[in-house]
Amino acid sequence: MSEPLITTPLRERAQQALGDRFLHEALDIATTKFIGLRREAFGEFPDGERLRDRARDIKEATLQRLDEHLERLIDNVERRGGHVHFAATADEARDIILDIARRTGARMAVKSKSMATEEIHLNEALAAAGVMPVETDLGEYIIQLAHERPSHIIAPAIHKTKGQVAELFARELKREVAADPEVLTRIARAELREKFLEADLGITGANFAVADTGTVVLVTNEGNGRMVTSLPRVHVAVMGVEKVVPSMTDLMVFLSVLAKSATGQKLSVYTTLIQGPRRPQELEGPDEFHLVLLDNGRIAQIAGTLREALYCLRCGACLNVCPVYRQIGGHAYGYTYPGPIGILLTAMLNGPRSVKELSHASSLCGACADACPVRIDIPRMLIELRKEVDETKLAPWPERVVFKAFAWLIRQPPLYRLGGPLGRLLQRPFVRAGRIGTLPLFFGHWTRTRDLPPVAARTFQERWAALEREQP
Amino acid sequence: MTSSPRVALMITCLADLFYPEVGERIVRLLRRLGVTVTLPRGQTCCGLPLFNSGYHAEAAAVARRTVAVFAEAETVVVPSGSCAWMVKHEYPGLLAGDAEAAAARGLAERTYEFSQYLVRRLGRTAFETDTPARVAYHDSCHLLRGLHESESPRTLLRHLRGIELVDLPGSDECCGFGGSFSVRLPEVSTAILDRKLANVEASGAGCVVACDAGCLMQMKGGLARRGSAVRAVHLAELLDRERGAREAP
Repeated sequence: MSEPLITTPLRERAQQALGDRFLHEALDIATTKFIGLRREAFGEFPDGERLRDRARDIKEATLQRLDEHLERLIDNVERRGGHVHFAATADEARDIILDIARRTGARMAVKSKSMATEEIHLNEALAAAGVMPVETDLGEYIIQLAHERPSHIIAPAIHKTKGQVAELFARELKREVAADPEVLTRIARAELREKFLEADLGITGANFAVADTGTVVLVTNEGNGRMVTSLPRVHVAVMGVEKVVPSMTDLMVFLSVLAKSATGQKLSVYTTLIQGPRRPQELEGPDEFHLVLLDNGRIAQIAGTLREALYCLRCGACLNVCPVYRQIGGHAYGYTYPGPIGILLTAMLNGPRSVKELSHASSLCGACADACPVRIDIPRMLIELRKEVDETKLAPWPERVVFKAFAWLIRQPPLYRLGGPLGRLLQRPFVRAGRIGTLPLFFGHWTRTRDLPPVAARTFQERWAALEREQP
Repeated sequence: MTSSPRVALMITCLADLFYPEVGERIVRLLRRLGVTVTLPRGQTCCGLPLFNSGYHAEAAAVARRTVAVFAEAETVVVPSGSCAWMVKHEYPGLLAGDAEAAAARGLAERTYEFSQYLVRRLGRTAFETDTPARVAYHDSCHLLRGLHESESPRTLLRHLRGIELVDLPGSDECCGFGGSFSVRLPEVSTAILDRKLANVEASGAGCVVACDAGCLMQMKGGLARRGSAVRAVHLAELLDRERGAREAP
């Protein structure tokens, strides 16, 4: 099952977000900070640009032989006593995990932040099956309390101000809570310690998996990832198939660009490398380790228009720099993955119908492609999606008629030149003091907030004859 | 230069219909530099709106026409970074495998955005202005990230006596125009614009300069609506004549 189609028009969703003062404040502070940190991190690191090229090359080379790398990964995970499952769809992935939970008699699952589990809507399924999911990343913990979904790939609660978080905690704990990040963190920490010890199941995503060694790699900043993977009896890691990297050397390249792009750190605070379950001589670690490899539309795109989107490291840099995301935040996009890359991933997971409007939620300014550590050409693919939407007639027919008529008109120069006199005639009732402040119908979309220049008294082409005579 | 350079002006639909004075400034300036300017007949729109909205068969048909219109042109100068990007970056791909493929590649190579033509092709950077001002420069997205040009316009502005170029925070951020984006999601487009204009107004500049008619339409529209004292102008509107040069008697 793909995600249900959102039916509220995007424009309405966006307007609602624009009207949220808290959202605006939270987004502005966070994205501005992320942009500065990223810029600084790469500024201090002269090899950054070369490493980005290298990271991109590795991703491309890996995709070309994805099956071989996955086979090697599976062999190596199994050799170390882990179990590997392949899930073609989100439904299959959920069933696999629920099966594991049932078989091991799990009642509670602690989770570290994972977009892959968001993508398959795992928490709802766990809860319905009697397994209580507990998010342990601070941001995820916050939004779980608020019954919301992440609005950013790496900062799930980016849409909330610290004041709002304090209010939320106060409501849950039924006592006064200061709007101080340290206080809030201490509260969450105390609450979560209990859960780590109580949980039977630890569920994580995976930032990478190394084919050569069967190592699953988690990059975190709060240490919760380590608790999730070492305390419960069973660890399940859910990973999109494209996250496999061939070797440890390759992994180093990605680690060095990922943290810089995401948070401006040289390296995230915790880089956890996991090889299978606890071995006989080891003191820590789960009895069982499961790796769920998730397709859910990815493999089809190896040969599709969204191929490059499979390079994505989920760093969130493209969200932070996107002028649209910075205004409307993640929830307005409507699906699991927000922001520029999120539009591509939404199309990948849910098909072109889901991006009929979303593919236009971009001014194509290119800031995303510029910030992407693996230089994914996001604007190019957004245009490709628009093309697909037009060609499959998903775009509204009046729009298609207007564009096709425009295309015809600008191939008829004499008619195009009529635009001058015709425009001047039609605009006559609307020009006031050399400006057009209100226009009816569709044109009002522009003039409600901006003046429109009137068509010039004489267009450039109409002036040309006189200009030519000026020539000495 | 031995023989006088010749350029064909691609005026673009927005400048043609809404900002003809920009075209006039460019023509007069280039002539003062000894450049012969022509306006090939039959030009309309470059097809960028079609391309960006995904109407690629239609955009290719427009590209084919435009390539033919400018077939004879030695060098093509465009006053908007986005249209220059369309010709340089997208025409060759749209017409790949076509009979016009080679012609499209040729046109792409011979096409220059206005500031790039002055600085990178002619090597002329020292001009005088007839409108002294404190100015902020807005990087148009297609010029900056499409054509990788941030320096040519700034070089021209810095060399202009009477012009003080102030630092504009977020100068590389989009103004929110984005072609059809500006009317598909007008509220988002305007929110992005508001951020840009707030930065411009806070910079202390009396004038924001851009090299793209799309951004100018958006910023002018927003400035007028908020009754701002700040003006938005095309770079060409500040360049009068080369420094030291005198008007021919």
